[in-house]
Amino acid sequence: MRAPRRWLTSEFERRGISRREFMGFCTTMAAALALPSAAAAQIARAVGRAEKPILIWLEFQDCAGNTESFLRASRPTAAEVVLDVLSLDYHETVMAAAGEQSRANRDRTVAERPGGYIAVVEGSIPTGANGAYCTIGGESAIDIARKVCGNAAATIALGTCATFGGLPAAAPNPTGALGVADAVPGVGNLINLSACPANVENLTALIVHYLTFKRWPPLDHYRRPLFAYGKSIHDNCERRAHYDAGQYVEAWGDAGHRAGYCLYKMGCKGPVTFQNCPNVRWNGGTNWPIGCGHPCIGCAEPDFWDRMTPFYQHLMGVPGFGAGSNIDTIGGLAVLGVGAAFAGHGVIQIMKRAADKAEPVVPNGPAKGDA
Amino acid sequence: MARVVVDPVTRIEGHLRIEAEVDAGVVRDAWSSSTMFRGIELILKGRDPRDAWAFTQRICGVCTTVHAVASIRAVENAIGAAPPPNARLLRNLIIGAQAVQDHVIHFYHLHALDWVDIVSALAADPAKTSSLAQSISDWPLSSPTYFAGIRDRVKGFVDRGQLGPFANAYWGHPAYRLPPEANLMAVAHYLEALDWQREVIKMHAVLGGKNPHLQSFLVGGMATPVDPDSQAALNAGTIAELQRLVAKARDFVTRVYIPDLVAVASFYKDWAGHGRGVGNYLAYGEYPNDDSAAPALFLPRGVIRGRDLAAVEPFDPAKVTEYVAHSWYQYQQGDGAALHPYQGETSPAYTGPTPPYDLLGLDSDTDKKYSWLKSPRYDGLPMEVGPLARMLVAYASGHARVKALVGAVLTRLGVGPEALFSTLGRVAARGIETQVLAEKMADWVDGLAANMAAGDLRIHDNSKWDPASWPAEAMGAGFHEAPRGALGHWVSIRNGAIDNYQCVVPSTWNAGPRDAKGQRGPYEEALIGTPVADLGRPVEILRTVHSFDPCMACGVHVVDGRRREVAHVRVR
Repeated sequence: MRAPRRWLTSEFERRGISRREFMGFCTTMAAALALPSAAAAQIARAVGRAEKPILIWLEFQDCAGNTESFLRASRPTAAEVVLDVLSLDYHETVMAAAGEQSRANRDRTVAERPGGYIAVVEGSIPTGANGAYCTIGGESAIDIARKVCGNAAATIALGTCATFGGLPAAAPNPTGALGVADAVPGVGNLINLSACPANVENLTALIVHYLTFKRWPPLDHYRRPLFAYGKSIHDNCERRAHYDAGQYVEAWGDAGHRAGYCLYKMGCKGPVTFQNCPNVRWNGGTNWPIGCGHPCIGCAEPDFWDRMTPFYQHLMGVPGFGAGSNIDTIGGLAVLGVGAAFAGHGVIQIMKRAADKAEPVVPNGPAKGDA
Repeated sequence: MARVVVDPVTRIEGHLRIEAEVDAGVVRDAWSSSTMFRGIELILKGRDPRDAWAFTQRICGVCTTVHAVASIRAVENAIGAAPPPNARLLRNLIIGAQAVQDHVIHFYHLHALDWVDIVSALAADPAKTSSLAQSISDWPLSSPTYFAGIRDRVKGFVDRGQLGPFANAYWGHPAYRLPPEANLMAVAHYLEALDWQREVIKMHAVLGGKNPHLQSFLVGGMATPVDPDSQAALNAGTIAELQRLVAKARDFVTRVYIPDLVAVASFYKDWAGHGRGVGNYLAYGEYPNDDSAAPALFLPRGVIRGRDLAAVEPFDPAKVTEYVAHSWYQYQQGDGAALHPYQGETSPAYTGPTPPYDLLGLDSDTDKKYSWLKSPRYDGLPMEVGPLARMLVAYASGHARVKALVGAVLTRLGVGPEALFSTLGRVAARGIETQVLAEKMADWVDGLAANMAAGDLRIHDNSKWDPASWPAEAMGAGFHEAPRGALGHWVSIRNGAIDNYQCVVPSTWNAGPRDAKGQRGPYEEALIGTPVADLGRPVEILRTVHSFDPCMACGVHVVDGRRREVAHVRVR
C-alpha cells in the first residue's frame, strides 16, 4: 500500500511552515555543514523532493540517552518537521505497536526494502553468553544487528556505545560488548556519531547531507563526519583565552571558577576530544558542559571511560601551559600521558586504537540505496 | 489456558519481556523478565568514587539525573562531605525538572496510546473537540480551526501511507473507549507536549550544560558557579530564565496535563479495579529542606504495608535485601540467600534458553531463573515504588497539598481512596505529584536568588575533595526518589577506590522476578486478574505494565498453555 509520492514542500505548506522558514532551516544546515550559502537552495531541492526516508532505530545495550537527545532536536519548527519527515518504522521507545506486531514492522521493512532504509544503532552489542546479555523477542542483539544493518543502505552508530562499545565495554567489559564496527565487521556505509549522548544537531545535519548529495560527508579515521569531529573542543573553547593567559580554576566555586577561567587543572579533556560542542552547544544552543562550569570528560573519544578517567585528574604531558603551543601536539602527548598514568585500565585499548589510527582514512562511496 | 508473551514491551526505556498465563480472558499468572545486562556495578570496582556518578548516570538516559544524584549522595555519605545550600537548591531544581518533564512524557508519549486511539481521532468533529477542550480548561489552543488543523495533519500523515511509529498498533481494539473528539484532543496534546518537553528541559541545560546526561554534578556540591556579578556563572539573567521555564512547566501541567488526565480517566474508571499489585509501598522521600545530615524532606519517607494508610512506618535501611533465586546471577553462599546491598554481589550466570528462543519455559511453581533483574525486598516483602508509593506515603503522613489534590481528583472521578490501589491510581498519582512539584519549583529558584542576594556563593565542600582527606575505609548509602521510585546506591570505598558498588533501582523493585519464597514482584502481582479481550492484541497488559512507567524494554507472543507452542498473531 505505497502511497503516491508527494513533494515535501507541499507538506511544509500544509503544516503552515512558510517557504521562508524552510529556506532558513536549509541555510542553517548549509552553515552547519560548512557549505557555501548557495548550497541552501540545493538542500532545499533535495529535501523537498524526497519520499520520507525510512529509519529503523535499534536499541541494544543502551540507556536511551541518544533517543532522548533525538527528542530534543532544537530548531523548533523546521527540526520537528524534519523528524516528522522521516518514517520511523521501528523504534522501541516511541512506537505505538508492541511485541509481535512491533517486530513485524521491523522485519517487513528489512525484507521488503533491502538497501532502502537507514539503520540507526544505539547501544553496544554484547558477544558474551551466546548473545543472552541482550535479547529482544528472544533474538540476540548481534543477530538483529547483522540482519538489519546488513541490509541497510547505511548504518549510523549513534553515541559512543554503538560507536566504540562505550560504557558496557569499559574495563573489565563483563559482557564482551562491542561497537557496531567491531560486532558486525564489513557492514556497508557505516557512519559513527560518537559522544554520550550524540548531539542531535549532528544527526540531523548528517541525514540532510545524505539526502542532498546522495553520499556521506568526509569522515575522520573513526568514520565520524569531519563537520562535527574535525576540531578539538579546546580549539574552539570559549575559555581558550584563559588557557592561553594561564588563568585556571583551582577549586570549585573559587573566584576563577566564577569568572569562567579554564578548567584544565580540574581535569578538562577538551584538548584531546574532537567534537563541535563549543559551536553547536546543546538543547537549542542553550549551554554546554564547559559553559556550565564542569570539565569536558572526553565522551566522544574511544574508550573514554578508561582513557579519560579519573575525570578530575588533569591531563599529563602537556608541554608549557600558555600561548603558542600546537594543540595537535598537545593532544597526542596528553593522550599518551593519560594512558601511562592509568595503565591499569586502558593500555590495551589504547594500543588497539593506535593501530586503528594508522589505517588510512577511507572516504566512502555513494550509498547503495535511494532511501 | 493460553500463554501471552509481549517482547519487546515498547514505549518504555530498556528491554522488558512479559509472559502471562491467560484463562477465560483473565490473566492468572505472570512473569516479568528483563533481557539486558551491562554489568556497570562490576565496571565501577577499583575506580575513583568521585567519577562514579558519571558511570551510574548512564544506567538511564531517560531519567538522566537520578543515578548521578544517588551516587554523589552515597559517596558524600561515605566520606562525610557536606554540600552547601546552593548545591541543595540546584539539585532540587534539577530533580524536580526531571520529574515534571519525565511524568508528562510518560503520560503523553509512553502511556497515552494505550488509552487513546489515533485512528479514531480522524473521525472527530473539530467543533465538538473545541467544545470539549474548552469545557475542561482555559488553555488557549482550543479553537475549532486549531483542531481541524491537527485532524488534517494526522489525516495527511495517514494518507501518505508511511505510518512509521504508528503502524500496526492495536487501533480499533474494543478496549479503547474515548469518543473521537477526546481522541483528537489527546493527539493535539501529544504533539504539544513534544514541543513543551524540549523547551522546559532547557532548565537542565542551564544548570547542567546539557540534557540528556547533565554534567554539573560533583561529590560535595555542584559545578555550576553562582555569582550575580559574572557572565560565566548563574546570575540574575539565569534566575529570570529559570523562572520563565518553571512557569512554562507549571502552566502546561495545570492547564493541559491534569485536565486531560481527569478527562481520560473518567472514561476508564473500571481500571481502578485492575492492577492492584502487592499492596506494600516504599518511599525514600525527596527534596531536602535543609542542609543537615538527616534533612527534613518536602515529600516524606516511609513504608506502608498491606494498603494500611493508617500506619506509615519509618524506613530502616538495614531491612533492604536482594534475592537472586529467579535471577541470572549467583551468590557465593547459595542462591536462596538474601543479601543487604553492602554485602551485595553481582556475578552473572545465565541459565536461560540460548537465543533465539520463543519461550522461557515457565510455570506457576517454576524454580527457574528468568530475569536479569534481582528481587529486592524490604523486611522480606515485595514493595511497590514510584509516584503512587510517594503520594500514598505523603497522603497518609498528612502532606497538606498532596491531601488536597488527591481529594480533588477522587471527588472529580467520584471514587473513594481505595481506587488508588490500582492501574488508574498509578496514573492519577503521577499527575498529582507532577502538579505538586510544578508548583514547588518556584520556591527553589527564589531560594537561589535569596542566597545570591545575601552573598552566599558557595557551591561545594572543598574540604573533602582530596581523597587524602578520606578514611582508609568508608561505606555510604545514597537515597533518592527517581521519577519511577525509590532508588538507593550503596558504596564501599577502600584506599580511595571503589571496593563494592550496588544499585537497587525502582524498576528492580517493581519489575523484579519472584524471590526465593516464590513471592511475585509488583508487575507480576499487578497483572493477576487483568482482563485480556484479544490474546493477539493484549493492550490491557500494556496498560498495567505501563502504569508503573518501566525503565527497560520488552514484547508479546501468544502460546497455548497446554501445547506450549507459539500461536500466530495475525499482523494487521
